[in-house]
Order: sequence, then structure tokens, then C-alpha cells
Amino acid sequence: MAGGEGTVIAPRIVEVRQNVLKKNDALARELRREFEQAGVYVVNLVSSPGAGKTSLLAETLARLGRRYSVAAVVGDLATDNDAARLRRSGARVRQITTGTVCHLDAAMVRAHLEEWRLEELDFLFIENVGNLVCPASYDLGESLRAVLFSVTEGEDKPAKYPPIVHTADVAVVTKIDLTEAVGFDRERFYAALQDVRPGIQVLEVSVRTGAGMDAWIQLLERSYHALTRSSPKSRL
Amino acid sequence: MHEVSIAQNLVELALQAASEKGIRVVTAVHVRLGALSGVARDVLEFAFDVVVEGTPLAGAKLVIEEVPVKVFCQHCGEERPLAEPFRMRCPACARPAEKVVAGREIELHALEGAG
Repeated sequence: MAGGEGTVIAPRIVEVRQNVLKKNDALARELRREFEQAGVYVVNLVSSPGAGKTSLLAETLARLGRRYSVAAVVGDLATDNDAARLRRSGARVRQITTGTVCHLDAAMVRAHLEEWRLEELDFLFIENVGNLVCPASYDLGESLRAVLFSVTEGEDKPAKYPPIVHTADVAVVTKIDLTEAVGFDRERFYAALQDVRPGIQVLEVSVRTGAGMDAWIQLLERSYHALTRSSPKSRL
Repeated sequence: MHEVSIAQNLVELALQAASEKGIRVVTAVHVRLGALSGVARDVLEFAFDVVVEGTPLAGAKLVIEEVPVKVFCQHCGEERPLAEPFRMRCPACARPAEKVVAGREIELHALEGAG
């Protein structure tokens, strides 16, 4: 502490220049390193509530689970309904109940991984809390951030929520079997998306009809093999 | 509404910095907030006032400097300011410019105080 007795205490400004989320960012970096070393490919699924994260995840776990060791952590404010639903695929699933918190952070993810040996996993999916705002700020150490938009949400969602689109690696359009029924204008959607995030890769899927699912699974498999080639995994 | 979490992180960081820099009474906390940070300014102000209560920062003012979005245009080789609604195109040549060089900040910039 500066200033002994008798000294004049002068007002002053001290520069700090620290990222407010540096604790989360540091933990996320640590997690990312651990994931890479363990050879586990981690996908963070973000979307508004009801865009179809859980449906896509259930189908993804079922398909990948035939050939890979897959696991998921799912975030919700309350209930473990999603975890119960996802467990039917046979995958390891843990529910993160956040209470009132509207996003997952790196500490919550880490706390829910403790029971698992990361080396035994090939894929880990993190289903974020349904929210297109808050999850944007929190790095979870993921390899891929996928933002989902359902055709029922209209075409201008990307324009309304730039920060999350901006931090996403890939966009997935869901429920495309309903495209006609809801009058979804593909071109307007793509224009809005490319405005906010030029060049972002887009996939279109329908979990119900299976359309586009092969391409989504292939993207995940390719990315997984790219990761494990760079840091070969010692299999037990 | 993750502004409460952000405010908690901010207060924690500010208290730590104040102690390291030897500031006994913090009168103002200066924050730089990017337009693409995803943090709402007024909500953060409200959350800050709630979170500081009962801490040594109680009564400190939150001063927010908004940081506009700036992109780097590869074609022009220049950094350019971007206005809302944040179409990621160079405002000069209209080509896609996705590299954000400013506007994502959630930064504790400075502390004002005495001691």
C-alpha cells in the first residue's frame, strides 16, 4: 500500500487494461489444450430456444455413436429432460443446470467433465443454454462453435444477433422440411448471414427426414480426423 | 442477461487490481465496451450498482467508454470503422471484411481513486 502517515493522498487514475472475462478465457484455453491432448473433438451448439439443438444432438449422438465414443453435456436453467432424452442414444450425458444463469461458462463445463476420462472420448458435444446473446461471450474451449437457426425463426435472425454469428465457425439451418410450410426465404437468410459473417460455412438439415445429416456427420468426422492426426491418440 | 456475471467478474478484477496498485478508495471504474461485445450498456450499469453493494467498491462510479467496431479490409489494406447494423463489408470498397480489429472489448481499462 502506498503512502505512509502524513503523506498527502492524491487522487489518481491507474491503467489496468484487463479483459473482464480473462478468467474464463484462461480456463477455456486450458480446456482446449486438454481436449486436444486427449484427442477429443468438442462442439459447442448454440441457438435460440426451440431451434432444435437437442433433436440434432440426439440424432448426431446416435449416428456417431456407432463408430465413435461420444458424450454430451447439456445446459438448461432447470430440469434434466434433455439429458434423459439424449441418454436414449446410449451416449454418456450430463446435465448442467444453471439455475438463473443464461449461458455456460468454462468452469461449469470443467466441473461436469470430472467423472469422465477424456482420453476415452472421441467427440464431446456441449449443448449451450438456448440463447443467442449471452453464450457469445464465453469460450468453452470448443473446437467448433455451431450456431443453429431453424427455418421457423425467419430469415433475419443473423442480422439481429451479430455477436454470436460472429464467433461461430459454422451455421446449421434446421427443420428444412418445413421450408415451404413457413415460407422461409432461403436467399434472404443467406444474404443476412453472409453480411454478418462473410464466408461462413452453412449446412441445411432436417432431423425428421434425415436430409443433410450425412453432410453434417461428415464435417464432424473430417474435423475429428484432422485433430487426431495432428495429435495422435494412444488407444487403450 | 449475462451482465450480472460480467459485473461480478469486473468487480472481482477491479478489487484485485486496486489492491495490487495500492488504491485504497476506488471512486470510478473505467470500462471499455465493444459494440460487438454482446453486453448491454444499461444492463451492465444496473448490474454493477447491485453487485458492488457491500464490497469496498460500493459507491464507485462505472464509466463506460463504447468502442466502435473496426474491421481490417484486405483489399484496401486499411482499418475501417463500421457502423451498425454491422454488415461485415468495407465501408470504402464494399468488399467482405470479416477481420474485426476492435469492437469486441469487455475491458477493465482503468481505476480512479485515492490512496
